[in-house]
Amino acid sequence: MFPRPIAQRSRAAQLTYQALLPVALILWLLPLLGIAMTSIKPSSDLAAGNYFGLPTHIAIENYWTVLFDFDLWKYIRNSFIVTIPTVIGSVALSCLTGFALGIYRFKGNLLIFFMFVAGNFVPFQILMVPVRDLTLNLGMYNTPQALILFHIAFQTGFCTLFMRNFIAALPRELIEAARVEGVAEWRIFWFVVLPLMKPAIAALSVLIFTFIWNDFFWATVLTTSAETRPVTAGLSSLNGQWVAAWHLVSAGSIVAALPPVAMFFLMQKHFIAGLTLGAVK
Amino acid sequence: MTALPDAHGPKRSWWKSNQQKLTPWLFLAPGIFMFAVYVVWPIFASFQFSFYDWDGLSPKEWVGWGNYQELWGDRNFIISLKNNLIWLVLYMLAVPAGLGIAIFLNQTVSGIRIYKSLFFFPFVISQVVVGLMFAWFYAPNFGLFFQLTEWLFGTGTAVLANPDYATYGIIVAGLWPQIAYCMILYLTGLNNVAPDQIEAARLDGAKGLKMLWYVVLPQLRPATFIAVVVTVIGALRSFDLVSIMTNGGPFGQTRVLSFYMYEKALSEYGYRMGYGAAIAVVLFLIMMVFIAGFVWKMVRDERGH
Repeated sequence: MFPRPIAQRSRAAQLTYQALLPVALILWLLPLLGIAMTSIKPSSDLAAGNYFGLPTHIAIENYWTVLFDFDLWKYIRNSFIVTIPTVIGSVALSCLTGFALGIYRFKGNLLIFFMFVAGNFVPFQILMVPVRDLTLNLGMYNTPQALILFHIAFQTGFCTLFMRNFIAALPRELIEAARVEGVAEWRIFWFVVLPLMKPAIAALSVLIFTFIWNDFFWATVLTTSAETRPVTAGLSSLNGQWVAAWHLVSAGSIVAALPPVAMFFLMQKHFIAGLTLGAVK
Repeated sequence: MTALPDAHGPKRSWWKSNQQKLTPWLFLAPGIFMFAVYVVWPIFASFQFSFYDWDGLSPKEWVGWGNYQELWGDRNFIISLKNNLIWLVLYMLAVPAGLGIAIFLNQTVSGIRIYKSLFFFPFVISQVVVGLMFAWFYAPNFGLFFQLTEWLFGTGTAVLANPDYATYGIIVAGLWPQIAYCMILYLTGLNNVAPDQIEAARLDGAKGLKMLWYVVLPQLRPATFIAVVVTVIGALRSFDLVSIMTNGGPFGQTRVLSFYMYEKALSEYGYRMGYGAAIAVVLFLIMMVFIAGFVWKMVRDERGH
C-alpha cells in the first residue's frame, strides 16, 4: 500500500493525521459550507452584516420563497422531465451498440467504436448552430423533447464506450455456448448478456443522470421559457433577478444541487465504478 | 471422400444463415442514426456555415474565408484564445493536486470512506452552483476571499471585478470539481497498485518521493491518462463558469472561445451564426489535436490486446 499505512507509524503521527482530516475537509468544502449557512439566514442578518456568524434564526422561509414565489419548483420539474427519459434512452441505445461492438467481430467495428469515442470529446459549440437549426426545423425549439433527443444522441457516445468495454470483458464462452445450443442472436442479448449488464446499467444511469441534470449549455441554447427550462438555466436567470440577495441565491443553489447529490450518496458505489472505468488495467 | 450432407439441411432460412452478420448492424442502427444526426452531421454543417454570413433567418450569404479573416483582426477573439491557453495550462494543476489529495486520503483509519466521498462532493454539483458559490466567496466587501486579502494587504480585492485577476478566479472555481475528479481516479488507481512491488521497493530502501516516482506512478499510468484527458477536455469546454460568474466581463477579459462563440452566434445585438461557426471550428481544431492523440493511444492499446 502506498503511502505507508498510518497505523505503522508513531502514535503522534496517527493523532496528527486524525486531527488533520477534519480540518482539511472543512477547508476543502468552505465555499459549500458558506453557501449552506447563508441559505438559512434571514435577509435581516445579511443586511446587518452578519455574514459569517450563526443565523439569528433558521430561515427555512428562504427555501419556500425560492421554490414557490420564484417558481424554482417548475425548473426542478423541467429538469426531471428532461433527465429521466434521457437516462433511459441513452442507456437503452448503448446496451444495443455496446452489445454489437463488444461481441461481434466485423469490418468497421473499431472504426465505429472510435467514432463514438471521439464524438464524445468534441466541443459543444461545433454542434450548436446546426443542432439549434435542426431543432427549430423540427418544431421542437423550447420543448423538453429538443433537449431529450439531443442528450440521448450525445450521451450515446460515452455510454457506448462504457458498455462496449464492459461487454467485451464478459466471458466469451457464455455466448459461444449459447450459439452452439442454437439460441437466436437477439435471445442471446436478451437472456444471456443483458442480465449480466445490470451493474453497468446502474453505473451509467447515475452518471448520466448527474451529467444531464447539471447541463447548462444546451439548456440555455435550446430552451427559453420558465415552462421548459431546466434548473441550471433557471437558476442562472433567477440569479439575475436576485441581484446579490445571497440568502435566495444560496437557497436556490442548494435546491438545484440536491437531486444529483442524493443520487450520488445513494448509489455511490456505482457512481464511482462508472467514473473510474479504465483507471485501472 | 463423399460430400457430407449439410448438417442443417435446406430448411435453414436466409435469416438463420446470415443472422450473425446482420445482427450487429441491426443493433447499431438506432445508435448510429442518432449519433449521425446530432453529432457527426452538425460538425460538417458547422464547417460549412463558417463560410457564410448568416443571421439564422434570412438567406445565407457566401463570404468564403471572410469570417476567418475577420477573426484574425478581432481583438476579443485573441483575448479568448489567450484565456483558453491560460485555462489549459492552469487546469493541468488538477492532476497533481488530485494525486496529492488521493495520497493523503489513501489510508484505512475509521471513517475514511466518508471523508473520501465528501472530498469528491464538488464534482457532483452543477458548475452553475459551483460558480455561484465562488461568486459568493469572491464577493466584494463581505466575501471570504475579499476579507482575507483585506486582512493580509490592507485593501481587499474583488477578484471577479478585476480584469487582471478575474480569469484566474474562475479557473480556481473550475479546479475545485476537477481536482475532486482526478482524486477519485487516483484513489481507484492507488487501490490497485501491486502491494508486493511496493514492499519489495521498501526493502530496497525506497520511500517517499522516490517511491512515488519510480514505483507508484508507473503503475498509475492508466489513471493519469484518463485524468489528463478529462482535464484537457474540461479546460477547453469551460463555458458554464464564465457565463455564470462574469458573463465574459469585466471588459470582456474573461471570455474563452466557447463563450465568445455563443455570444457571437446568439447575442442580443443580432445573430452571427456564420461568425460563431468559424469560432467553433477553431475551437474544434484545437480540441482535435488532443482528441486525435487520445484516440490514437486508445487504438494502440486496443490493438495490443
